[in-house]
Amino acid sequence: MAPVLPATSATKAPPTVQRRSRTGYFLLLPGMTWLAIFFAVPIVTLFTTSLQARVPGTSGQYVPALQFSNYVTAMSEYYPQFFRSLIYAGTATILALLIAFPLAYFIALKAGRWRALLLVLVIAPSFASFLLRTYAWRTILADEGPVTAFFNFLGVLPQDRILSTGLAVIAGLTYNFLPFMILPLYAALERMDPKVVEAASDLYANSWTTFWKVTWPLSLPGVVAGTLLTFIPAAGDYINAQLLGSTQDRMIGNAIQINFIEFRDYPTASALSFILMSAILVLVFLYIRRAGTEDLV
Amino acid sequence: MRRTPGSSSGRSATSVDRQVSDLHLVHLTKQFSDFVAVDDLSLVIPAGSFFALLGASGCGKTTTLRMVAGLEDPSAGRILIGDDDVTGLKAHQRPVNTVFQSYALFPHLDIFENVAFGLRRRGIKDVKPQVEAMLDLVELGPMARRKPNQLSGGQQQRVAVARALINEPDVLLLDEPLGALDLKLRRQMQIELKRIQTEVGTTFVHVTHDQEEAMTMADTVAVMNEGRIEQLGHPAEIYELPKTVFVANFLGQSNLIRGRRSGTDGENLLVMAHDLTFAVPQSRNSAVGDEVIIGVRPEKIIVKDEVDAGEVPSHHNTVRGVVTDVSYTGVSTQYLIRSPWGQELTVFEQNAIVGDRSAVGDPVILHWEPVHTFGLAG
Repeated sequence: MAPVLPATSATKAPPTVQRRSRTGYFLLLPGMTWLAIFFAVPIVTLFTTSLQARVPGTSGQYVPALQFSNYVTAMSEYYPQFFRSLIYAGTATILALLIAFPLAYFIALKAGRWRALLLVLVIAPSFASFLLRTYAWRTILADEGPVTAFFNFLGVLPQDRILSTGLAVIAGLTYNFLPFMILPLYAALERMDPKVVEAASDLYANSWTTFWKVTWPLSLPGVVAGTLLTFIPAAGDYINAQLLGSTQDRMIGNAIQINFIEFRDYPTASALSFILMSAILVLVFLYIRRAGTEDLV
Repeated sequence: MRRTPGSSSGRSATSVDRQVSDLHLVHLTKQFSDFVAVDDLSLVIPAGSFFALLGASGCGKTTTLRMVAGLEDPSAGRILIGDDDVTGLKAHQRPVNTVFQSYALFPHLDIFENVAFGLRRRGIKDVKPQVEAMLDLVELGPMARRKPNQLSGGQQQRVAVARALINEPDVLLLDEPLGALDLKLRRQMQIELKRIQTEVGTTFVHVTHDQEEAMTMADTVAVMNEGRIEQLGHPAEIYELPKTVFVANFLGQSNLIRGRRSGTDGENLLVMAHDLTFAVPQSRNSAVGDEVIIGVRPEKIIVKDEVDAGEVPSHHNTVRGVVTDVSYTGVSTQYLIRSPWGQELTVFEQNAIVGDRSAVGDPVILHWEPVHTFGLAG
């Protein structure tokens, strides 16, 4: 549509745009202040702490320095926990996706009037404390418990037990972060027009093809959001490894916790935190590039 | 002979000389838990026709369409395409394609891939020539790489048609395809769809609640009510001679006057109503009993001033009355006239008259040809 009066719109437009943009910055101010105080300052503090040097002959006393070797020391000591974290969190994320997808699909498209109730049930466990629920898994996965007995009957457990193995940690992580996978998946599937599934079957796609060519691509925004919301907190978690795993199953979160609280080795704890944060940032960046948000709706 | 889905077909998207088959619905019934949506429907839709299922919402027209598409299982009855019984086939196995009411385009695929979807599922490798030909047919060639949400409603509608039609279905089903468009675009698309249908020669089954749309586009219209077909025929035939009160009121407007059979006069049946005698040609009467409702379309009635009563031909049906409302609509003027028994009759008059129009309060005489009258069961 060509403007009817180009001269008028040209002369009037610039001041309006300028005023509007200044208002925009002004409105951003509270948010930016909040971010500065609660994000930028702590990050800088964390980074400077990670470079501090120990005062010789003391424990727990440090002076500002630029001791980059802290990172090398931290990594050389804790790389097993670091990679274990990524593997456990990754496995838990995949398991959560496999469990959550059918459930979210059912709630979004088939549950009808039960939808609201089922969504409440997904969130309901969160009303009990995270710690309490993780403790409950010690009972569920206990050596004398029915779950362990069942899998031992099948003879599939390498160590003849679940508790105090990596399996228990992964199970705990999967369980605890499952709602964060279900809810974004539900949101994406619920937004999908069910008619496109009918359209696919009308256009000669059987149910398998319909799923891979239509339902799955349309649920991708939910898959991306859900996997991130599961993977990121799971990778930094230490409660599950602490309560459900043995000392052989510790994650990077445990290393950070023990260095900070027990050893009072603040530079190492900070360095580990920084490494974890950077690693997650890089992984998320690669993942989003790969998943191609531009192809998403 | 019909093409089975999965076989690769090298025919161009616009071939007219293909083998096509009639669509048969045999005692088709759909019972939902608490009501019967489609009630023992039997119908033959001839190959190559543009067939409209017309009815109000909830009359079972969409359910009928969905059963033909395979998206809904019939409770009883059969669906045949030519000699092939497709009742038990799944949607993706039927040589039938649908244009959905909301279009249901795949939002994550571009226009080209939307249109190519059916061909790819049937394992056709080189889809480019066919998709391009089809996009040209619906005049969307330059839009091939756009996403559906970058297109206007009318363009999306044409993508939906192209996506279905490219598969050369034996029957193309259209579920209120123009419902989401504004009036002007709707008129344009009606002509466009009619053109496409003539060009490809595919059987179109069109579901709509818009009587004007059905009449403009279809060569056969079936008026549905409560899961049954009330009347079926050429649009003009149904309009000129409705067989039931529902059809007389649903398809256009009618003036209906309740009366009793009082005798015959040559080829006309005489009906007595409110102390007036109306003549209805025997051939235009569908009432069997003595109770007869006589009907006449508003545009068939001529309005005359009471003083000109002498000019009314003696064989015409006449009613005296008083004008209660006049609305000028441009092409025509619509009058409401109160009859002696209180019923308001509607009259449309073309704005081609010379001199003054009747005004509110004028005593008038309404008259019309007996051949424009129809008789319905009371």
